[in-house]
Amino acid sequence: MNISAYLDRFGLLGLGLVAFAAVLLALYGLAELASRRDRNRAVAFVFLAPAVLFLLIGLVYPAIRTVVMSFYDSKTENFVGLDNYIWAVTDPDALQILVNTAMWIVIVPLVSTALGLVYAVLIDGRAGEKVYKALVFLPMGISFVGASIIWKFVYQYNGAGGEQIGLLNQIMVWLGGDPVNWLNAQPWNNLLLMVVLVWIEVGFATVVLSAALKGVPLEIVEAARIDGANPREIFWNVTVPSIRSAIIVVAVTVFIATLKLFDIVRAMTQGHHGTDVLAHNMVEQAFRLFERGRGATLAVLLFLLVVPVVIYQVRNMRRQEMETR
Amino acid sequence: MSTRTAEQAAAQSAARIGETRGERLRRILSSRVASVVAILIAALWTIPTAGLFISSLRPDDDIRTSGWWNFFADPGSVSLYNYNYVLYSDSQGGGLIINLINTVVITIPGVVVPVAFAALAAYALSWIKFRGRNVLYVGIFALQVVPLQMALIPLLSIFSSGLHIGGLTLIPAWDLEGVNTLIQVWIAHSIFGLPLAVFLLHNFMRELPSDVMEAARIDGASHSQIFRKVVLPLVTPAIASIAIFQFLWVWNDFLVGRTFAPGEATRPLTAVLGDMAGTWGFGWTRLPAAAFIAIIVPLVVFLLLQRFFVRGLLAGSVKG
Repeated sequence: MNISAYLDRFGLLGLGLVAFAAVLLALYGLAELASRRDRNRAVAFVFLAPAVLFLLIGLVYPAIRTVVMSFYDSKTENFVGLDNYIWAVTDPDALQILVNTAMWIVIVPLVSTALGLVYAVLIDGRAGEKVYKALVFLPMGISFVGASIIWKFVYQYNGAGGEQIGLLNQIMVWLGGDPVNWLNAQPWNNLLLMVVLVWIEVGFATVVLSAALKGVPLEIVEAARIDGANPREIFWNVTVPSIRSAIIVVAVTVFIATLKLFDIVRAMTQGHHGTDVLAHNMVEQAFRLFERGRGATLAVLLFLLVVPVVIYQVRNMRRQEMETR
Repeated sequence: MSTRTAEQAAAQSAARIGETRGERLRRILSSRVASVVAILIAALWTIPTAGLFISSLRPDDDIRTSGWWNFFADPGSVSLYNYNYVLYSDSQGGGLIINLINTVVITIPGVVVPVAFAALAAYALSWIKFRGRNVLYVGIFALQVVPLQMALIPLLSIFSSGLHIGGLTLIPAWDLEGVNTLIQVWIAHSIFGLPLAVFLLHNFMRELPSDVMEAARIDGASHSQIFRKVVLPLVTPAIASIAIFQFLWVWNDFLVGRTFAPGEATRPLTAVLGDMAGTWGFGWTRLPAAAFIAIIVPLVVFLLLQRFFVRGLLAGSVKG
């Protein structure tokens, strides 16, 4: 490593920031000019131009282009109709990917939300609630890649008979069992990968649901208690219905994150041993196998799966807003 | 209806004077099982990270031959050697300082640019009256639905071969090489961060009292002056929470960095780690230290500024 490599990078950073400051100044000047003539349209144009330009070039056009590409072959030269889509739902490898993705998007949101809810209820009002919350929330600040590395060491397999350095296999040995090469063990390895995402998302679920719990009127809880309800009945008949919409928001947010998951699969198994999912294989197809048509098709499928859920999410959030008002 | 009010009244009278919410809850719902389960979950969420940290301090041979829990029985030699190695060594699995710098160089503009542009756009969408405002807002809002995977292939091809419609060249090819490919990552992160940032900031700005704005207008302030002197100071907490979101997103990102700055020397730290972990090759014993270097910065930021982050979370997010 030499100093010039550092200077190159920081030089670029400095240049970039100066250029950006100049852009902002220019925008400000233009907005001032337009304001003096009291022309709202022109002022609005100046304020909106950068964001709209970025979005048009970087998101709107590419999304349309991706849809078009999904009907073309690997080099986007020949129109192939629905061939890529047919591949996605008939090819055994592609089917495996869809099945895995389906498992992920059912299991991860369900387990994360349930665990987050139980934990939030358990620690609600407990001494040291903040510490409890912070411990579980911490993984939210760790990257998916970092979390994958953490868990890869937990799952590590050192051969039967050898000293185990992975915690999970050491526990197996302590319990008198044999160590297992977890990440190669199909189909269970999928579940072990899901554990990593659940581990990250439970913190998110806990924080949001715990905030929602603070809004449940204690009078109702106490009244139920006086009527002889046990904690489980209170949980199901009072707590859950009162924070229903927050629960849905959490589940849907985790669902969307799960659907777009790339990092954990990449860092844990690279999609081998039957663990590939949609968002990861999309990148494999497009950038490693140079099957751009197929990659684009998988991206479109991803989009089609997200849309209804986001629409539902927006509606639910609006309802929640009305409730809290 | 009447029985319910009666119950509530009874419950009300059961509340003790001077009791905090926590004390009251504990009286109503406390149980020993609950304590055990809570502690168990907290432990499960902490032990794996602690294990990685301990590993990062142990010598190569120890990591290879014994689990980190043996550290408590026989601490052996603890050192920062691994950290030194992964950052500065010229050997395999070392020299990550350059990737750490890449991450820093990517992250600063990757946060500043989208947040600034989003603040400008959100102001126009909330406080400047013009035709088509609602349509535009709904359009930007809807873009949150588009997964960034939809944009990867075409955006990369815009950078490498330009944007042409028919025979007309709208954007020429950029032909960026080496360190300069980091510019592509700045732009990609800025684009992908915009929809959520505009949405959240719009939510905050819309809530500002309109009489303050009108008073400023009557005093003869222009939109740009109101934006700078009135609105920005009022929405600073909101900007902070969005900036933290974006910071965590960019610093921890794997896919965007890997796609838009693919060179060995330009990849951000997370991308290097992701591929190292994926192949689990020669240098795997260096991974704990390397991973911890990547983890520690966002973790500190996260802990210090958790308040803002949580506020942002609760404001609702459907990041695209």
